[in-house]
Amino acid sequence: MDPMAEIRLTFFQECEEQLTALENGLLAMQEGESDSETVNAVFRAVHSIKGGAGAFKLDALVSFAHVFETALDKVRSGQLVPEAEAMKLFLRAADALADLVSASRDGAVADTAPYAGIEEEFNALIGGGGAAAEDDEFAGLDFQPIVTAFAEPATARNSYHIRFRPLRDLYAKANEPLALFRELGRLGTLEAQCDIKNLPFLDTFEPEDSYLSWQLTLDTENPIAAVKEIFDFVEGDCDLVIAPASTEASAPPLQEMDITAILRKVREEAPAIAAVTAAAPAADADSAPRAKAVVQPTIRVDLDRVDRLINLVGELVINQAMLTQRVLHSSHVRDREVTSSLEELERLTREIQESVMAIRAQPVRPLFQRMSRIVREVADATAKDVRLRTEGEATEVDKTVVELLADPLTHMIRNAVDHGLESPEQRSALGKPPEGTVRLAAAHRSGRVIIEVSDDGQGINRPKVLQKAIANGLVPPDAQLSDSEIDNLLFLPGFSTASSVSNISGRGVGMDVVKRSIQALGGRISISSAPGQGSTFTLSLPLTLAVLDGIVVTVDEQVFVIPLTAIVETVKHEPSRIHHLGDHSFVLRVRDVLVPLVDVGAELGVRAPASDLRSGVAILIETANGTRSALLVDNIQDQRQVVIKSLETNYMRVDGIAAATILGDGRVAMILDVDALVGPRHHEWNPAEIPLAKAS
Amino acid sequence: MTVTILTVDDSRTMRDMLRMALVDAGFRVVQAEDGLHGLDVLRAEQPHVVITDINMPRMDGFGFIEAVRQDVQYRAIPILVLTTESDDEKKLRARRAGATGWIVKPFDPAKLVAAVRRVAA
Repeated sequence: MDPMAEIRLTFFQECEEQLTALENGLLAMQEGESDSETVNAVFRAVHSIKGGAGAFKLDALVSFAHVFETALDKVRSGQLVPEAEAMKLFLRAADALADLVSASRDGAVADTAPYAGIEEEFNALIGGGGAAAEDDEFAGLDFQPIVTAFAEPATARNSYHIRFRPLRDLYAKANEPLALFRELGRLGTLEAQCDIKNLPFLDTFEPEDSYLSWQLTLDTENPIAAVKEIFDFVEGDCDLVIAPASTEASAPPLQEMDITAILRKVREEAPAIAAVTAAAPAADADSAPRAKAVVQPTIRVDLDRVDRLINLVGELVINQAMLTQRVLHSSHVRDREVTSSLEELERLTREIQESVMAIRAQPVRPLFQRMSRIVREVADATAKDVRLRTEGEATEVDKTVVELLADPLTHMIRNAVDHGLESPEQRSALGKPPEGTVRLAAAHRSGRVIIEVSDDGQGINRPKVLQKAIANGLVPPDAQLSDSEIDNLLFLPGFSTASSVSNISGRGVGMDVVKRSIQALGGRISISSAPGQGSTFTLSLPLTLAVLDGIVVTVDEQVFVIPLTAIVETVKHEPSRIHHLGDHSFVLRVRDVLVPLVDVGAELGVRAPASDLRSGVAILIETANGTRSALLVDNIQDQRQVVIKSLETNYMRVDGIAAATILGDGRVAMILDVDALVGPRHHEWNPAEIPLAKAS
Repeated sequence: MTVTILTVDDSRTMRDMLRMALVDAGFRVVQAEDGLHGLDVLRAEQPHVVITDINMPRMDGFGFIEAVRQDVQYRAIPILVLTTESDDEKKLRARRAGATGWIVKPFDPAKLVAAVRRVAA
């Protein structure tokens, strides 16, 4: 890759980090943290983005970052105390900056209108005129006036007389006359005469003082600006006269001398004497605290490599299980040492597996941070005051899970602000604080990740939900539903509480889509709500997608795994509970509700459909869309964690099968795709369970 | 003799850009991520010229320059500061802290090298 393109890539990666730091810092400031390190970090983030953007000529980004930075600089210097409104502006500016970074990265032409609006607000905040002036000054920076001077067509040869007398400070800042002369020499022909008349005798010689001055004559084709530029760094630290040769300044007669010899002499002596004079401050410098911040070293690794490793460890786990089983079955003597070695191997294998999975684990923090932006946007659009509280941002989840959570979580957060929270006026009338709170929390609980989205709004309006469900034909008009059953109606496909679809929540997706995406991740979603106090949505997710908890069942000597997340319970399977429905359809009565009974063996073509389903075990499952069915299998063998192997990549896609796994005895077992298995065939006649109480 | 240059900047982008421009010009480049780190690298690598950013965590450019100037062994080392502002106040403060010169970001590699040459002994 072209090195500039590579650096550009680094720049945008770094921008992401800076944007995160920016948002974190701003949120901390909003929470009342005003220490200088927080403010400085915020300033640095914007400043860094501006610096890099300048290098890549991303002018829109530079100019917006500059206005933002100017305002932050005022905060940093204490000239501006950010009130709540100003903090909101900063946060919006941070969002806009993030957009501008993405647009710059993708080379998209950004619509500048929103940025101009924020820029104006900034100017109003920091007192208009001054900022505009600074803008102009900065805009000029892109053009390097001195460089263009170099590029000007060569003029006639000029001759300059230069009188140069360094002051003590020039040396203290490590400037070096010789280097300056060398650069002057590059411009043309240079003659230099050193004036040593001020050089004292050695007994009064101050090694760090300045005694020499020079008379220089430069013949060059370059304009005077080029000559002046060379003295740019030493301006103020020397007496300098640069004059065209015609207006020759009357210089005192100079005594010629070898400059380099003198400089060498000064340099050789200076440190030795300086060592004595500067001994005291040096000791200070050494004892200065050298605090080392604990920075965790990290490396970047290709995701492919990690996944290959995870795959290999999966194989290892299977192999270890097979080995254990074979050894224990085949050896005539139960050798204690062999057994304990095998146990040790199993423990190590598990540990390796967990460590490898941990590589893919990522904190949910960035995901939560994205949500704070969503909250701001929806709050702005709905004119509500909302505060987002996040907890457990350090909780780690598999990378893919984190990525796939973004959409459902966005939708839930939108809902919470748009539908959950009341307007500030309503809240005040209800005696609640006008500012609503949305809480987003993550935690690990018994091997799963629990994510809660809650609000302190009005709670679910159950009468309205029920009415809507009846109107949509989702439940019979005379259905008697418990509170929790009503709440769960929200997850039914085609349900939307907002009578008029608002442009915030109504993007054509309902909670059913949210539920489906959570279930696709092997997760579950539940809801609880109290009128007037708010609602809580709880997501329970697996830590990883590489393994799965399932129940191992047999059907006609074939082994299958049913994902635990789909299973509600195992059901007592009594002939009296089974009812015929049509020729080959059966329903099972589970606590006054009839659910379709699906013969797994027949469905997958393992055996012919039986006319009688009286033997076996029924497992009640719930599909992604909330409908329940019972799966009929011969036997339940075990509940265990299995390593997921894709059937699609290794063989081909099979309807009703989600993936495969290899069991300890080396047999391949299919992991059932319960949704597909119970879906199509029963679709026509079973939108939901039929409540028996009403039917009879 | 190869001239070694220490660059101190918290931005990876800027470090990469500096490295590219300076290595292309034939310099040896060593890098640090903030002022404190810069002092460590300075002592370990004995560079001939230092280029430092101003806004950095832990120890900023001003603090770094002051610390270098207080160290007898390194007080005579040329230090160039990177600034995005041409604003005189910042330049002045850097010079008061002991900076030898400055480079305005975004820099053009030729100008960067010219600035280094102007201070490198």
